[in-house]
Amino acid sequence: MNSAAQARTAWHNSTEASRATGEVRLSVEQVSYAYSANPTQAPLFTLEANSFQARPGEIVAILGPNASGKSTLLKLIAGALEPLSGRVLLNGFVTHSLSPRIRAQRIAMVQQESRLLFPSRAWEFVLQGRHAYGRALRFETADDVLIAKNALAQVGAEHLSDRWMDQISGGEKQRVILARALSQQPLLLLLDEPTLHLDIGAQVDLLDALRRLAAENRYTVVVVTHELNLAAEYADQVVLLQRGKSLRVGPPASVYQRELLEQVFQTPLSVELGSSGRPRVSVLPGT
Amino acid sequence: MRPLTFSRLLLRCGILAAILFAVVIVALKFGAVRVSLYGLGLDLIHVMLRQNSVISSEYGMIVIDIRLPRILLAVVVGASLSVAGTSFQALLRNPLADPYVLGVSSGAALGAILALIAEPHLALSPSFTALLTPLGAFLGAAATITVVYFLGRREGQIDSGTLLLAGIVSASFLSAIIMFLMTTLTGRDFRGMAFWLMGDLSTSLQESVRWVLGAGFIIATGAIYTTASDLNLLLSGEKEAMHLGVDVPRVRLVVYIAASLLTGLAVSVSGAIGYVGLLVPHVMRLIFGSDHRILIPTAAFGGAIAVVLADTLARTVVAPSELPVGAMTALAGAPLFLYLLRRRLA
Repeated sequence: MNSAAQARTAWHNSTEASRATGEVRLSVEQVSYAYSANPTQAPLFTLEANSFQARPGEIVAILGPNASGKSTLLKLIAGALEPLSGRVLLNGFVTHSLSPRIRAQRIAMVQQESRLLFPSRAWEFVLQGRHAYGRALRFETADDVLIAKNALAQVGAEHLSDRWMDQISGGEKQRVILARALSQQPLLLLLDEPTLHLDIGAQVDLLDALRRLAAENRYTVVVVTHELNLAAEYADQVVLLQRGKSLRVGPPASVYQRELLEQVFQTPLSVELGSSGRPRVSVLPGT
Repeated sequence: MRPLTFSRLLLRCGILAAILFAVVIVALKFGAVRVSLYGLGLDLIHVMLRQNSVISSEYGMIVIDIRLPRILLAVVVGASLSVAGTSFQALLRNPLADPYVLGVSSGAALGAILALIAEPHLALSPSFTALLTPLGAFLGAAATITVVYFLGRREGQIDSGTLLLAGIVSASFLSAIIMFLMTTLTGRDFRGMAFWLMGDLSTSLQESVRWVLGAGFIIATGAIYTTASDLNLLLSGEKEAMHLGVDVPRVRLVVYIAASLLTGLAVSVSGAIGYVGLLVPHVMRLIFGSDHRILIPTAAFGGAIAVVLADTLARTVVAPSELPVGAMTALAGAPLFLYLLRRRLA
């Protein structure tokens, strides 16, 4: 066999291998958690065993009413909390056991808008995403600057680069925060209610950007949201939580059942198929 | 995008070092014996080059032996307090935090006084006895910041207002204990102690204390500086910093210990000089921005410059008598504190 054929076989084997083992990037296996005021008391809140899996390029939405454990599940996935039982694997590694530095190179978290103590410029903020790649005092390299610039370009925010973070609009800020997450070059992108303070136009912009990024950069995206219709439109998979229990996991069309949603959200709703073939939820006030 | 480069950092520090040098010369000039600025500059360079024999003037020796140690003490104390303040502000996410406001200075003062009281009862060698006060001050500072930190938490998160109140209440409680202990002192000691509590740089230090002070300053400031880029991320909150790759518990531990050491050492040799740790970091932040890789060294220089200037004023405005330097810094610092407080609430 000549060397070119050997190389081709090797390449074939390696892609086969990666398809077999690398297909699932994020694997949430029976994770549970309990909050309590002190160890001797009964827990105030429990998250029961939850499981789902996600592939590169896939968007997973975690839905549920207030206090259903959405953010807790996201923290468990991020490795910020240690599960009471079960485990979360990212490419085969337990996320909670990774060092903060390695974790930040693999997982980026976009949290509900945070207030800065002292204002900084957007480019400084985005460069923070490179922290996990530098040593304690390392000055940013040309590479870091290039990656940060690309991240800003990917969310369409190059023009904001020199603006102060406290002088831009909520939608612009959310894009810069997303750019910081992108400059971490993660495998897994987690977002905690990213659309919370945005108007509908900015929400659609953000989610369009997320869908494009997930496809282009092969991110696995997990997003916690209250927006049933946006989740239906953009997510590949939906995890529906109620009081810490996942009631159903699957594509939006299979999760969005009227009786199920009505029971979870305690309000009369109607569910129909939209023009895109995805379910659409509307409220039925006063019935 | 213009990220910080090493040459930019060096340039800023060089400029501030030059200003500090000029301020030290001016400070050397003022005092009972009149000397020329030019001669002083020359003498100081000779001292730095270890050419003590060529110092030209007879008054040079007075200036170098009496005024210079005091000014160098002011340099180290000012830099220590300012670096401690900078790191407390970042770590506690509170622009009003500084060793004095948080009660850390009072804790250090109490520790120092307890060490002074305990000293005669312990049979220790004289060189170690001198180190007992700095040790007591460090332990006092570390204990206070630990207590204030836990009192300032609400639902697992640092709460700005609660923290500040916890610090102020702790400071007044500790001051009350200090007052109580001072009643056990004799008249002359009492006056000396009262002066020291207001911040006083006039005491001459033993050789061993000077070494501990210098080494402690370099080690603690170095330790804090290694966390400079972590502190940048901590400004947007502990959780966010963690998700960006900061080992938050480690940074917290390093900075608390190092900042307590800086405060403890400064207080044990100079008493509680207020507002330096609060005022200087803010001024430096206005000039150089809030990147701690540049803020920490510039704050060190700025603190040194501020305390040397304040001490020079304290020595000269009511000459031949003198004010405690802490009174001088409070005169300048209290109005600024109020201004920041008002702006924050607005």
